[in-house]
Amino acid sequence: MVFSYYPGCTLSTQAKEMDVHARKCAEVLGFTLEEIDDWQCCGAVYPMGSDEVASKLSAIRALHQAKEKGQDLVTLCAACYHVLKRINEDMKNKEMQKTVHTYDNSLDYHGETKVIHFMEVLQKHVGFDKLKEKTVNPLKGRKIGAYYGCMLLRPSSILAFDDPENPQIFETFLKALGAEAVEFPRRNECCGGYISLKQKEKSREMANEIVENAVRNGAETLITACPLCLYNVAKAEGSSIYYFTKLLAEALGVKE
Amino acid sequence: MKRIGVFVCHCGTNIAATVDVVKVVEAAKLEPGVVHAAEYPYLCSEAGQNMIIKAVDEFGLTGVVVSACSPRMHETTFRKAAAKAGLNPFMVEISNIREQCSWIHKDSKDGTEKSIILTRAAIAKVHLNEPLHPGESKVTKRALVIGGGIAGIQTALDIAEAGFPVDIVESTPSIGGKMAQLDKTFPTLDCSACILTPKMVDAAAHENITLHTYSEIEKVEGFVGDFTITIRKKARYVDMKNCTGCGLCYEKCPVKKAPSEFEQGLIKRTAIYTPFAQAVPNVPVIDKTQCIKLKTGKCGLCEKVCTPKAIVFDQQDELITEKYGAVIIATGYDQISLEKFGEYSYNSPDVITGLEFERLTNAAGPTGGDLIRLSDKKKPRSVTFIQCIGSRDTSKRGKPYCSKICCMYTAKHAMLIRDKYPQIEVNVFYIDVRTPGKNFDEFYRRSAEEYGVNYIKGQVGKIIDQGEFLTLQSVDMLGGKRMDLQTDLVVLATAIEPVKSVRIIASMLTASIDTNNFMTEAHPKLKPVESPTAGVFLSGVCQGPKDIPETVAQAGATAAKVIGLLVKDKLMTNPCTAESNEKFCNGCSACTKVCPYGAIAYDDGIVHVNKALCQGCGACAVTCPSGAMDLQGFSNRQLMAEVDAICR
Amino acid sequence: MTNMSRDVLHTLSSTSIEKCMSCGRCSASCPVADEMNIMPHQFVALLKRREVEKLMESNTLWKCLSCFACIERCPRGVEPAKIVEASRLAVIRQQGESHISADEIPKYLESESDLPQQLLVSAFRKYRG
Repeated sequence: MVFSYYPGCTLSTQAKEMDVHARKCAEVLGFTLEEIDDWQCCGAVYPMGSDEVASKLSAIRALHQAKEKGQDLVTLCAACYHVLKRINEDMKNKEMQKTVHTYDNSLDYHGETKVIHFMEVLQKHVGFDKLKEKTVNPLKGRKIGAYYGCMLLRPSSILAFDDPENPQIFETFLKALGAEAVEFPRRNECCGGYISLKQKEKSREMANEIVENAVRNGAETLITACPLCLYNVAKAEGSSIYYFTKLLAEALGVKE
Repeated sequence: MKRIGVFVCHCGTNIAATVDVVKVVEAAKLEPGVVHAAEYPYLCSEAGQNMIIKAVDEFGLTGVVVSACSPRMHETTFRKAAAKAGLNPFMVEISNIREQCSWIHKDSKDGTEKSIILTRAAIAKVHLNEPLHPGESKVTKRALVIGGGIAGIQTALDIAEAGFPVDIVESTPSIGGKMAQLDKTFPTLDCSACILTPKMVDAAAHENITLHTYSEIEKVEGFVGDFTITIRKKARYVDMKNCTGCGLCYEKCPVKKAPSEFEQGLIKRTAIYTPFAQAVPNVPVIDKTQCIKLKTGKCGLCEKVCTPKAIVFDQQDELITEKYGAVIIATGYDQISLEKFGEYSYNSPDVITGLEFERLTNAAGPTGGDLIRLSDKKKPRSVTFIQCIGSRDTSKRGKPYCSKICCMYTAKHAMLIRDKYPQIEVNVFYIDVRTPGKNFDEFYRRSAEEYGVNYIKGQVGKIIDQGEFLTLQSVDMLGGKRMDLQTDLVVLATAIEPVKSVRIIASMLTASIDTNNFMTEAHPKLKPVESPTAGVFLSGVCQGPKDIPETVAQAGATAAKVIGLLVKDKLMTNPCTAESNEKFCNGCSACTKVCPYGAIAYDDGIVHVNKALCQGCGACAVTCPSGAMDLQGFSNRQLMAEVDAICR
Repeated sequence: MTNMSRDVLHTLSSTSIEKCMSCGRCSASCPVADEMNIMPHQFVALLKRREVEKLMESNTLWKCLSCFACIERCPRGVEPAKIVEASRLAVIRQQGESHISADEIPKYLESESDLPQQLLVSAFRKYRG
């Protein structure tokens, strides 16, 4: 199994470990992540204005490249997943295709690429049963809560990642690794997102509520797929949060 | 050559505002065979009909075309008028220039052009019309009611009182339906069971009513006046004749883990059970998915304690076939599944639905009517109701319609709590409070003004179960405030939908269903209790959300229509049936396979159509490869003449 | 402040505000509605009344997290977040109305070593266009 891979800006810098762990795990699990050439930042947020085109071009180039290779496009960062998947949906619109073509006539793209998250590769292509088999260091006795945040789930009409109000994919993943998955009601609430740059108190307050809710339900640690969630939630009182790839690498015995 | 008269209706301004009726008349006059053409404001009026009758005589008409509304509306009217004038009624053709022209075209030019074309097609068809003569069919004077809730019971009682035998088929072990689960009824607050159980007993005791509980419809054949229906009586494993209803069996049953359907899963029941104390018939059933004896061969405790020897472990399903003249669908509703509404935390024991609250507040319910939180058995300090859960919701997980009963039952619930426990605070989140109905708005206002229920215009985004209490992320729109409201118990006014099995029943009866699975009426205003399929009638929520008073009123109306059918000795049959031309038939028998009514017999290389069974659907005519099969009144020649006229 | 017409906003947001039945589920679902001077349901109502300038002056533009809870839970498919975004765009596209400048960046980067690039890019997109 070979997938096109879009690491995104933060995974090349601040969240480098997520990228390193994911590649190592992929190797053990029998699939290859082929980083696409000369990718540019996806923009981190989906541009909702209906007249926005230029701000979507970097994502469209990545999607186009995956199409040329005939591969699904895999992401790890929740924000990249969100942006690429929504822009891919926009590209199924004929008007949008025409407009994009006038910006860059090499972009003959109509939304053909399938954007999938690394977790979906584990679920649909590897299989959680197989993942369980490959686990050499089961996370026995570890009470872990999956913090989903917003970007993977909403709006579900386009992202279709999981039930937006009661997601289960990360919980199933945790169980496959031998951990105890702790569900908590605030696992799909916003961490504060980009307001943490200028309104730190508010994002801190929101992170506190998430962590408090997770702890109350018995979680000792949280996992996430979003660097911004990690940054915000890590600032909460008594917080312990990791990228899901770290636990995966640990369980598969590839963490250095 | 026929002498044809064409009559164009204005329908007030319904047609004339968009279609130039004079132009249609002028165009019709140019068609071959048309000896007279005229327009009139309301052709369906007495004066309009007289105009047609006079013209038949004056111009010696042998064919009539009426360009007006849908034939479903007035075809019969104009055929009767033609008959009065001495014409065979089947020499009348309708061209629909209202629903198909004026109502859907904004542009007068387009509307007029299409009206002319459709009128031309009808003229071309009438040239080939031949007099047809309806036959007669018998009426079996017995009715079948599907569903034993209040709708079905009331319809059955009214028909039985008129002297006709009625059978009720009910899928659960007892009649009574949803009304049996309710505590009090709005707007009078009288006890639901107190007014329902006498009717249940009346139905069981009535000499004209036969109950088939724990039974389902297996097969339907025939048509109006002459249905043959097979009913599957599911194995009860209890002999109905011998059982005395003493209840020793379920007292001794060691299985106590099955969720009680009647108690909305709030408590468990045994494997052998009667759904509730006042069940009719008061005969238990054994749930074969739970019973140890039926699963493993061991146990059999109930059999040992049953002195009348009524337990029959080897009982089998029984099939009964009976003839009926009319069928009434009264299958009712269920609350929708809340599986896709994760934000309301329905998996918390302290978040319940409206129907669950009915059981929780009912003196015969699992807590003896004591209002407690199911998580910690404590008395709630506050109860919060949320309206429109899944109703008025056009997303995939919801229902686009208003469920209609929730505003009133919530006002009732709120009032009941405040009456019994004045110390409990009660909040209601609403979008709109809808209370049309006699004494309804007064009832709702009483809950707010006299009982101090807090109505909050707004909604809840998410419910977070904190253990000791629930946090409601909510908004007070009038106060302009976002709130995190703490409450101890939440009741969700969950949308209602027709029971799932109604789709299967409707398809067996070839009765139509709308996009929300509600049964479709023959006409929303003029035939509200009849389905478009002759002989099939509707009663209760299967046709649309309604409360008890409305259901009972409709049940009576349905009964009146059914009685009107059953008193007839004979019905006129539709003469537009299929006919096979033996000379052209190549004996392939393809028609016998497509006929949904089993009306075509294949015998010795040729086919015969049974006119009594044929419903004139035309499936055989389009299937026939040699053109031997034809539908009278809609012959291939007639249809081709219409197509030619349209394409001309 | 320019006269940004309702229609321009409407086109920018491409939502169907006519579908709104004023249930309030958007505001109830919004994690920061208590800090907004115009809550999501009021945003839709004011747009219906063409009071676009009020929207453009509201602090809602800078409070909204684009978490999409309002869009997810709207029972009528109205998408309030898109209207907020359209109003924000209408403001930041005007000269001198940017809510962040490149000069601020070194300050943020120096103060926190764990600041993810994603945060800078997101904030730039939301506050500067």
